[in-house]
Amino acid sequence: METIYMSKVKKSKVEQNPKQEVSVSAKVAEAQNVNLFYGDFHALKNISFEATPNTVTALIGPSGCGKSTFLRLFNRMNDLIDGVSISGKILLNGENIYDRKTDVDNLRKRVGMVFQKPNPFPKSIYENVAYGLRVNGISDKNYISEKVRTSLVQAALWDEVKDNLKKSAFELSGGQQQRLCIARALAVEPELVLMDEPASALDPISTAKIEDLIYELKKTYAIIIVTHNMQQAGRVSDFTSFFYMGELIEHGSTKQIFTSPKDIKTQNYVTGRFG
Amino acid sequence: MTHLDTELKTLKATVVSMWILVISQLEKAQKAIMQRDESMTLEVKLNEKRVDAFELKLNMDCENILALFNPVAVDLRFVVAVLKINYNLERIGDYAKSIADYTTGMSKKFDVKSYKTIGIPEMFELSFTMLNDALRAFENEDPQLLRSIFQLDKDMDKINEEAVKKICDWIQLNSKDARDGLNLHSIVRKLERVGDQSKNIATEIIFHTEAKLLLHAKKKTILKELDKDEERK
Repeated sequence: METIYMSKVKKSKVEQNPKQEVSVSAKVAEAQNVNLFYGDFHALKNISFEATPNTVTALIGPSGCGKSTFLRLFNRMNDLIDGVSISGKILLNGENIYDRKTDVDNLRKRVGMVFQKPNPFPKSIYENVAYGLRVNGISDKNYISEKVRTSLVQAALWDEVKDNLKKSAFELSGGQQQRLCIARALAVEPELVLMDEPASALDPISTAKIEDLIYELKKTYAIIIVTHNMQQAGRVSDFTSFFYMGELIEHGSTKQIFTSPKDIKTQNYVTGRFG
Repeated sequence: MTHLDTELKTLKATVVSMWILVISQLEKAQKAIMQRDESMTLEVKLNEKRVDAFELKLNMDCENILALFNPVAVDLRFVVAVLKINYNLERIGDYAKSIADYTTGMSKKFDVKSYKTIGIPEMFELSFTMLNDALRAFENEDPQLLRSIFQLDKDMDKINEEAVKKICDWIQLNSKDARDGLNLHSIVRKLERVGDQSKNIATEIIFHTEAKLLLHAKKKTILKELDKDEERK
């Protein structure tokens, strides 16, 4: 088993593949035989997975099964946890993102992330969306303004906020804040969008807006979404991966997973008989 | 047991009750025409309303489960299968009533022994076996119990083919009672349809238990799929 990443605590043990080649791939995101340990705890067990362009892949499974841990592999957010060690390969458009040469800040520009609870910055609506661009060294005001507008349009928020762009982001409703966070993620033109239960804190109307938005966004992006809502997974995703106790039990088209799952564990989970 | 499990269990019990009623309707229809028993015909007619009520109830119950519980996988397949089985059973109920109507539809001098000549009692027996086998498979969720049905449907089709020739001969011998001959043909056609509906029910049970769509598939294909399932288990 090849270890490709360990957190700072064990960084001296990091091994990597120097021959890793960057190649154009039809797979936006890919995991090859990935194992992840939190100290001695084996949290992800030999996971192989892929997400293709213009598709939504839902990660489902009971709490603690490893789906959020797996999601966070794609923007290296697990790096922030002490005692984490990872083996196998994680590829973004064919490039091994755990390669020593990888610029993690740049990686997080390439991979947008939306969290369970909306987390706007204590800034205006405009500045929230512009933030990522400024951090990436862009200072052209016209470019930034246009990007803010297109990102808010993409996030289906423009019509609601176009006359109040200087208003604090905190004055928006929960659903609007979440769409603002999506706009913020889109402004830097990511290659992959990760969503960790993006609608779990929202009312049904706001949830429906987020789901419609996901449907629109997949025309441009590959999206991986963690959800506990089986109906939501059914509605928004093209593919579904079922995780259980750190293992990827079954991956298939959402239609297949929700009508004729092959594994009895998948069937028991989607039908609500365990988990 | 989850709330959905309880609902599905109740749904299954309702289907079984309807199924038993439909078999009993067919038995009464047989008795009505074979014994020219008009009281039995009346009973079939009255009970037909119960069959219709079961159909409406099952439609409503399925609609409620789909709307309120959003079943998926095996549960969704079960509800979809029940909707279709419900339709098939209701059709069999209709055939039983139509057959029973021939008790008064035949001329007074019609000899009930002619039913035997044509093969009608045999067709009734095949229908009962098919419906009972399917019911056992449905109750036990065991598609292997359906194997006989596909062969019995072939047997039914064969009797149906032969019956047409026999009815032609019968009409030639009883040319003044040609109307009775046509009625005999109608009864045969309805029993043949009961066989088809039973086969459709069997494929719905396979859809529920094995997630395979085999409606309109050939007997050979269906048996091959059942073999594969048995090997896998």
